[in-house]
Amino acid sequence: MTRRTLLAVGTASVLAFSAQSFAQTPENVLIVGQIAEPKALDPAAVTAVNDFRILMNVYDGLVRYQSGTLEVEPALATDWEISDDGKVYTFKLRDGVTFHDGSDFNAEAVKFNFDRMLKEDHPYHDTGPFPLSFFFSAVQDVEVVDPMTVKFTLDAPYAPFLSNLAYPTGLIVSPEAVKAHGKEFGRNPSGTGPFKFAEWKSNERVVVERNDDYWDGTAQTEAIVFRPITDANTRTAEMLAGGIDLMVEVPPVALSQFEGDGYNLVEQAGPHVWFLILNAKEGPFADKRVRQAANYAINKQAIVDDVLEGTAAVAAGPTPPAFAWAYNESLEPYPYDPEKAKALLKEAGAEGAELTFYVTEGGSGMLDPVAMGTAIQADLQAVGLDVKIETYEWNTFLGQVNPGLEGKADMAEMAWMTNDPDTLPYLALRTEAWPDKGGFNSGYYSNPEVDELLEAARASTDQAERAKLYQQMQTIVQEDAPWVFVANWKQNAVTSSRVENFELQPSFFLLLKDVSKK
Amino acid sequence: MAGYIFKRLLSAIPVLFGITLIVFLIMAMIPGDPATAILGSYATPENVAKLNRDLGLDAPLWQRYFIWLGNMLQGDFGRSFALNRPVLDEVIERFNATLILAGTAFILCSLLGVIAGVVSAARQYGFADKAITFAVLLGISIPSFFLGMMMVLLFAVNLKWLPVSGMYAIYGGGDLPDLIRHLIMPATALSVVAIGVIARLSRSAMLEVLRQDFIRTARAKGVHEFGVIWRHALKAAMVSIIPVLGIQAGFVLSGAVYIEMVFQWPGVGRMLVDAILKRDILLVQGGVVFVAACYVLFNIIVDVAQSMLDPRIKT
Repeated sequence: MTRRTLLAVGTASVLAFSAQSFAQTPENVLIVGQIAEPKALDPAAVTAVNDFRILMNVYDGLVRYQSGTLEVEPALATDWEISDDGKVYTFKLRDGVTFHDGSDFNAEAVKFNFDRMLKEDHPYHDTGPFPLSFFFSAVQDVEVVDPMTVKFTLDAPYAPFLSNLAYPTGLIVSPEAVKAHGKEFGRNPSGTGPFKFAEWKSNERVVVERNDDYWDGTAQTEAIVFRPITDANTRTAEMLAGGIDLMVEVPPVALSQFEGDGYNLVEQAGPHVWFLILNAKEGPFADKRVRQAANYAINKQAIVDDVLEGTAAVAAGPTPPAFAWAYNESLEPYPYDPEKAKALLKEAGAEGAELTFYVTEGGSGMLDPVAMGTAIQADLQAVGLDVKIETYEWNTFLGQVNPGLEGKADMAEMAWMTNDPDTLPYLALRTEAWPDKGGFNSGYYSNPEVDELLEAARASTDQAERAKLYQQMQTIVQEDAPWVFVANWKQNAVTSSRVENFELQPSFFLLLKDVSKK
Repeated sequence: MAGYIFKRLLSAIPVLFGITLIVFLIMAMIPGDPATAILGSYATPENVAKLNRDLGLDAPLWQRYFIWLGNMLQGDFGRSFALNRPVLDEVIERFNATLILAGTAFILCSLLGVIAGVVSAARQYGFADKAITFAVLLGISIPSFFLGMMMVLLFAVNLKWLPVSGMYAIYGGGDLPDLIRHLIMPATALSVVAIGVIARLSRSAMLEVLRQDFIRTARAKGVHEFGVIWRHALKAAMVSIIPVLGIQAGFVLSGAVYIEMVFQWPGVGRMLVDAILKRDILLVQGGVVFVAACYVLFNIIVDVAQSMLDPRIKT
């Protein structure tokens, strides 16, 4: 074979293999670029938003979030009553709903779900572990009143209970499928949702198909394919090449690629807050004025605009505005005012203080932690603080920060995404939530007034009442400045122009029932 | 011969035993535990303790080691925490994918590298030599992951000739042409550096051989130049090229990690990176032990084959 023939054969084979066009994904089948391989399709067993994105389309819970809000509305339960003491919840269940495997949805099925998760002696408790079962740790007993009525008894009033039921951990699985598949249920899921599970090929795809018997109107597309594409650059390239129709978590630097025709860019603020924990127990940040100075000194707008390319908004306080009903609209973010910061530092005698700053390399909800940390360091240096950064890999970082900053650091980055306005402040701002008591208050903030407000809000079952308490709490916490409130992340997604009716939810769940594709 | 093989297999046992101990201790020593990784923001000490108990990680270290080792000897590598499936299923599937990628890249770099080296040597200081030397230098200098990304941009995003990532098409794929389409870019990106290295060494090996007397004799006897180069000289030069190919095989296999990340190739390298980040202890341990066992086995096969060709090695 001469070199010329070799060349010719080579060229010909390249042309032959590339004859097929890769730009066209099939009609009526939505291909979604996910950020990772799911762990399991068992809602009780998973913890990652990535897995929730699939689950929310395969299962329903007793309640769900109203589209566009974080307020609950009926789903598999049509109605419910809460006892006056806030401890007993009685749900009326929807008639005529069947699981994808054909078995009936009823009160027994609901009881099975919660007993499996919560009771260590349940015959199917070994299909776990169930890492987020503490969402329902207040549940003492689940009782079948009649086939279509189920009663939950809590050990104490616990207001977030309803919104926890709307969270993926509360989605209802088919007891028959759990019994049939045991530990392999996570790979053979069966729920009541708008799509039913069809296929899972490891590291390649999860396919779900339309459930034609769905109780709430059938889905627009025939099927959805979820593809795990871990690398953000590769995900962007797949979107540009037409290999996927919908991509979540577009990296800020890639946004400009999708500005033209052919793509729709969607964004939605969510229940996320990015903040700096300040060590209020010892060192310069034990003085409230120094903590406030840090809030004034950091140019949050610049971080949001320049580092995050507009994929976040400046945070005003500890509660994200996505919790519209509980958010205090009157809060204004600390303005960027280096002069005021300097004055406060002088007043507190903290000029030139040396600070240790824990920064992480990545991690869930942490956005661009290294670049953000560096920008924060520069802003604090500019008002005369001497900031030393220590960087850790995410899991190591959590191991350093969660046990508390005492004796180690003055400040640390942190971010939370939650489903109820109770969760974060309750776990991270109360005196009873100091690390030695099993909470996440790693900066040792303590204000009895805040403690009282949070306990009262948790015990109340009246949403208007709760809202008022949370709003008061936000005002006090903002003034006390136990954290530097930095940003609220806006989740984004890109779809090709063939995709219609797509919107992102403040819950960050991906609901695809009403999405259509040409 | 049977005795030699037996001896080699016997000597592999302490090696494998050592590997299990090292990988177990490393996973026990790195900061962060699987429960914290799974729970993320919700990792309260209480939740972590409970989940560790559920995962069977609350037993003393030595006990966990022997339970793991004992199970493994019975063929049970345990279950991955992060993927919720048997470790061995996942590892075998992933190792298979890596073998396809690294194997193709190895064949590619051996063929192209040797050909480039031979052509270069045959036309020393000629145009072909200069062009190849330049291309080789370029190839060695470009990091493979960067080359991979640029190839994606050109051939997949702009020209739309080849798929961006994955091993098979999502729809209507799964056959051999589909696999080859998905292989072209990652295999090329993975082999470029190795092609350069092999070409350079083949060139110098060939130049040395071409200066020897038997080549002059062959030419004097009127052997066609093609035969001189490709039959007589290359055969002699292969003696010093083959060890280089062996080293490059290892290089290609380890380089597959980056390429698997860029092209979302479902291989064992990407699996290990993901597993380490998620502190998926059993998957990391099982994966490393499996890959190590394969390496040891390959080595024994190579040694045995060599000793068959050259009995002196047996001592």
